[in-house]
Amino acid sequence: MQVPRYWREIPKRYRLEAAQCKKCLNISFPEKFSCPECGSRDFKTIRLSGKGKISTHTIIRIAPEGFNDQVPYGMGIIEMDEGPRIMAQITDCDPEKLKTGDRMIYQFRRIREDGSTGVIMYAYKFVPDVGI
Amino acid sequence: MTGIVGYGTKIPRYRIKVEEIAKVWGADAPTYKRGLNLNEKSVPAPDEDCATLSVNATLNALKRAKIDPADIGAVYVGSESHPYAVKPTGTIVSEAIGACPYVHTADLEFACKAGTEGMFIALNLVKSGAVPYALAIGADTSQGAPGDALEYSAAAGAAAFIMGTDNLIAELKDTHCYMTDTPDFWRREYKHYPEHGGRFTGAPAYFKHVTGAVDAILGKTNMKPEDFKYVIFHQPNGKFPVLVAKKLGFTEQQYLPGLLSPTLGNTYSGSSPMGFAATLDIAKPGELILLISYGSGAGSDAFIFETTKKIDEVRDLAPMLRTQLDEHKIYIEYGTYAKFRKKILLPN
Amino acid sequence: MRKLAIIGIGLIKWGELWEKSMRQIAAEAVYKCLEDAGTDRIDAMTIGNMSGGLFNGQEHLSSLIPDHMGRKNIPAMRIESACASGGMAVRTACLEVASGFSDYAIAVGVEKMTDISGNEATYALATAADQDYEAFHGVTFPGLYAMMAKAHMDRYGTTREQLSSVVIKNHYNGSLNPNAQFPFKITSDQVLKSPMVSDPLRLLDCSPITDGAAAVLITTLEEAKKLKKQPVLISGIGHASDSIALSSRKDLLKLEAVELSTNKALEMAGKSIKDIDFAEVHDCFSIAEIMILEALGVVAPGDGGKASSDGLTGLNGGFPVNPSGGLKSKGHPVGATGVAQICEAVTQLRGEAGKRQLKNIRTGLTQNMGGSAGSSVVHILEVI
Repeated sequence: MQVPRYWREIPKRYRLEAAQCKKCLNISFPEKFSCPECGSRDFKTIRLSGKGKISTHTIIRIAPEGFNDQVPYGMGIIEMDEGPRIMAQITDCDPEKLKTGDRMIYQFRRIREDGSTGVIMYAYKFVPDVGI
Repeated sequence: MTGIVGYGTKIPRYRIKVEEIAKVWGADAPTYKRGLNLNEKSVPAPDEDCATLSVNATLNALKRAKIDPADIGAVYVGSESHPYAVKPTGTIVSEAIGACPYVHTADLEFACKAGTEGMFIALNLVKSGAVPYALAIGADTSQGAPGDALEYSAAAGAAAFIMGTDNLIAELKDTHCYMTDTPDFWRREYKHYPEHGGRFTGAPAYFKHVTGAVDAILGKTNMKPEDFKYVIFHQPNGKFPVLVAKKLGFTEQQYLPGLLSPTLGNTYSGSSPMGFAATLDIAKPGELILLISYGSGAGSDAFIFETTKKIDEVRDLAPMLRTQLDEHKIYIEYGTYAKFRKKILLPN
Repeated sequence: MRKLAIIGIGLIKWGELWEKSMRQIAAEAVYKCLEDAGTDRIDAMTIGNMSGGLFNGQEHLSSLIPDHMGRKNIPAMRIESACASGGMAVRTACLEVASGFSDYAIAVGVEKMTDISGNEATYALATAADQDYEAFHGVTFPGLYAMMAKAHMDRYGTTREQLSSVVIKNHYNGSLNPNAQFPFKITSDQVLKSPMVSDPLRLLDCSPITDGAAAVLITTLEEAKKLKKQPVLISGIGHASDSIALSSRKDLLKLEAVELSTNKALEMAGKSIKDIDFAEVHDCFSIAEIMILEALGVVAPGDGGKASSDGLTGLNGGFPVNPSGGLKSKGHPVGATGVAQICEAVTQLRGEAGKRQLKNIRTGLTQNMGGSAGSSVVHILEVI
């Protein structure tokens, strides 16, 4: 993993920082260069609440390199209450029991390591919102 | 005035029972359960570590503190399972909670008392006026060597405390420390599991230092055990804290709310801080709490706190510790546990 | 703009070609194409290849392939659009000729995927997805399409059987195709017994890893009429892109790039979808064919599954899809797929498809897309 590439994404991965268009208020995550709705380039940085619901999901049973020891794991597109959709792992659950529409909440988790000597990568994952 | 502005905890959802571990090693589960007063312990998921538990506990603390995280001037993470040997956990936590860039950070280790070490430093830093708020976290995902007695108790969890000088939910009354060079438990560099001195970890280690710290702080403040509503001792198992409480003249009503290890295990740097958080979850305003940690090596930190009216206003703003501990548990068997805890040899 | 025609096609047998290297299979396909065309004139070459760099450690195919052919100095360029690289190479070759820049342009698609391990190949393929917002989190290509499948099943009630019907039909067609990687039939039971890769998609819902190459020679209609082979006209070309990440799309079940590229191609050809007799589409996964059928406008949104299981897309159906066997049965050497679709369409329109020959056809459509439909290119072909 290229270290600068990982480091650049920290504000989004650690703090769910999204871009709100100042003109039409549309929220993009990740930000695009110009607002996909109105084309404006004037944005404000906001932190998403981390709360949302499952739009769709799957269970990964054959994993890419670096994720083999987590198989099987839930993977989903979570629709945030503020609007944007985020693709992320769904953890702390039996993935077979997940359903479209289930309420989810953000948790800071470990994504993977770059081998036994490389950097450890952290980012957002989502867990069923059971009140804890 | 100095004290706690917000507190939060994070316990992983996975649990393993003593019976499951004993079964694999051919040990007698009832003996362990009786002898150590342990039933089950928390297990961190493969995607949890000291950094993630610290962040999630702090986000809960921020819900209660209701401050702008950018105003946190110092972040101390105490653990014996920091993710890196060299690269602070504190920088990861500070970024994730939004405290960067004007923040001081340091990673601490002192076996199980690294969490209260951070609390000691954070409280005094705030008291000196150096920073408006300081964050102290005790977080661990400790490992016990397979088949060793410590495997039954080594658990995972985190407690985070934001210290400040106003809007306190608990005021610091006094602190004291008791420390000597006592090699009761250690881990050498590059080794996966710690070693310990067996029965030597009892009287000359845990009991001597805990007692020493209690005697010192009570002597300094001219107080007696009965003056306190609650007491929390470091809890490597469910037996030691009960024994030392009895020996020092504390009652069951005083220590029971903060006694978590029978169903949580030993969360090392999180141990007494989490017991303290569980106590704050139920304490009423104006109650005195005595917190005594213990870290092998060895030393004890003692704190006296008094809750304020604000405790009632904030406790429901974040998940309570016992809700996390007792509800939504996911039980696993030893094979999954060994996989989660990376005890299985994988290629490369 | 000059009128375009295909006068030569070249296809080698696809599979795990251990003894042949990437440059060898590309050259083989080119020479077969030239032989078929009855000329060896190449003014320009476009090379459809997703990742010589990741699969073979080799870039700069624009020098390598003409050189290995023994014909250096041919102006060549590699075109990349993930799995749509082949179709884009064809489109670019068309532009060369249509603009008057070249008279004979050859599009060769090639991918040699078996020199690296399965794990490494999966990684290379995943570079077609959004690296920082999809792949980083541990999703795979089957995972992305599985999420679309789940959403399709949720919204429209598409069933497991309907997904299987696509696989069974394509394998039936492929069993009649001598160049296919897996020329054998598959039963519903076999599909259901294959291991789950990413719920609900099983191993047999997924196209394979393949070595392969294909080539088509494009010239003007005028030039084509001089040569003895029956020319096939390219009357429409359409091309569009969409968000690379699934989570950026407003409607997960709308393949916008496919819709737009299809409409543009039809518009250019002066046709509607009803005028199209058959199609070769990008069935990288069973659900993809169902969704593409809807995006093409052949059926209404949500009816793709039923159309497949009802037989609409079979060799004898009202709208045959993937008479070649599709990516599933004939294989998916990424950069070659789009070019091979053209080869099949031409073969069918010439009446040379043997046991899998479609009857009464005049116009065909090929649709090739990259990644999770982040890019799509459509060609309309007809016999004059």
